[in-house]
Amino acid sequence: MGVMELKGLSLALNGKKILDHLEIDFWEGHIHALVGPNGAGKSTLAATIMGLAGYRNVEGDILFEGQSLLGLDVDQRARKGMTLGWQEPARYEGLKVRQFIRAAARDKSAPRIAEALSRVGLEPAEYLDRAVDKTLSGGERKKIELASILAMQPRVVLLDEPDSGIDVESLERIFDAVKALREMGSTVILITHSLTVLKQADHAFLMCHGKIIDKGAVERIVRYFENKCLLCDHKNVPVLDGEGESA
Amino acid sequence: MREEQIKEILGSIRIHSSTMMSADVAHLMIDQNKVLSSHTLPGLEVDVKELDDGIDAKITVREGSLIEKPVHMCFGVLPRKGVQRIVLDVRIEENAKVSILAHCTFPNAMDVQHLMNARISVGAGAEYAYFERHVHGEQGGVKVYPKAVVEVGPKARFRTEFELLRGRVGLIDIDYETTCRAYGVMEMMARINGTGTDLIKIKEVGHLIEEGARGALTSKIAVRDEARAEVYNKLTASAPYARGHVDCKEIVQDSAVAKAIPIVEVNHPKAHVTHEAAIGSVDTKQLETLMARGLSEDEASELIIEGMLS
Repeated sequence: MGVMELKGLSLALNGKKILDHLEIDFWEGHIHALVGPNGAGKSTLAATIMGLAGYRNVEGDILFEGQSLLGLDVDQRARKGMTLGWQEPARYEGLKVRQFIRAAARDKSAPRIAEALSRVGLEPAEYLDRAVDKTLSGGERKKIELASILAMQPRVVLLDEPDSGIDVESLERIFDAVKALREMGSTVILITHSLTVLKQADHAFLMCHGKIIDKGAVERIVRYFENKCLLCDHKNVPVLDGEGESA
Repeated sequence: MREEQIKEILGSIRIHSSTMMSADVAHLMIDQNKVLSSHTLPGLEVDVKELDDGIDAKITVREGSLIEKPVHMCFGVLPRKGVQRIVLDVRIEENAKVSILAHCTFPNAMDVQHLMNARISVGAGAEYAYFERHVHGEQGGVKVYPKAVVEVGPKARFRTEFELLRGRVGLIDIDYETTCRAYGVMEMMARINGTGTDLIKIKEVGHLIEEGARGALTSKIAVRDEARAEVYNKLTASAPYARGHVDCKEIVQDSAVAKAIPIVEVNHPKAHVTHEAAIGSVDTKQLETLMARGLSEDEASELIIEGMLS
């Protein structure tokens, strides 16, 4: 049994079905990738799993260690051990990096907070007393958000486009942090349309138009990217020699 | 008795006596209308007259004098009831530099009024920073009326910050008007957190009247419960290359009400003034990010407001 399971999960926004009867089993301690083109519903799925405002009116169920998460607020889900890293992290006027990471940290001691920052490649002496505001680049805020997640030590973490705004040199640091999360026992779900990010995963789900249209080893899903083609009902040019038929 | 009053005032503002009472730090400590302690340094002159209900102080920093460490001024009202009227005449002469930390403390207030009326002149090339830090009681029984008229000379700098560190606002009614001359710089900032039935009124007016003058008016206010805030910021620019910015942020929770009236007036084609005002609840994304780390909605809101007001 996976640490988290989606059971026939559907969500409609403004009368349009965005998530369509999803059945997914996220295995514990793995790095999963949820891939697909823009508009596939990947970020909506992350928001729905986390229970963000506007994403709560679902059909089906989300089970975390066998217990339904429906009806729980964001913070209640977080206290069970789930968290989310946003594609575009929030800015906080005046709130220090130290305070931001400390708020999330399981161990709130100064050395552990500094260590979390170091793990994403940011020098604590330079960043701890800076504000998480517009004076930081998007990439820096992304790393700081990841540092806060490392400090939180979640059971399940959803990372929405973890490479967004990250320069090439820093990308390896981000991937190291993702691996560190797995090493500490977290289940990681990478939401991406990047081949580079996909290759960090152990297992992948291919999503299009709110549906899971394939799943399996990363090598299998990578082939969709190589062919720039999806096997689904709105793109009827399958090129995978029949491999992508089992959704 | 006097020693006990000094001890209580220092305790309320959480400053150790060694910080304020050392030989290289100037200070002035007032309880209602009595001078409890004072110390000056070369280049700094403080002349205080005790009034029936407060003090009248003339503070002068002589031409070219640089006062290295901040001057501490304590204005306290220790009893539960009372009126304290502070009349200040501050003159920072040419090329002088000083920073004043004004600690206004009313820790036991049930019905206290603190009225400050200041006339401030910052001479050419001089620098004057005035940080007003308030400590109030938890009952909201304080009414504070800080009023100042400020003249900032050519190439001079004036900076003021008003901050409530602890306790309930009660009523705060700030009224500052600053005129800035050629290449002078002024910065006025207020950071206040209102709760209960607090009332916060801020009127900050700045005039950039000569070439290259620059100014910023900033207000950061958070109100909740049934507190109210009214912020009136006006910045005028009437000379070439005058530059200004007005920034007002107010977070509103519960049944609180906040108003912002930013006015920018530009009377010269080569002047430029911008403004931004944001009033509303705590940003959802900020809130949900912290909640996704396990903070409750209240804890997340408090942290966001603490950051904004820091």
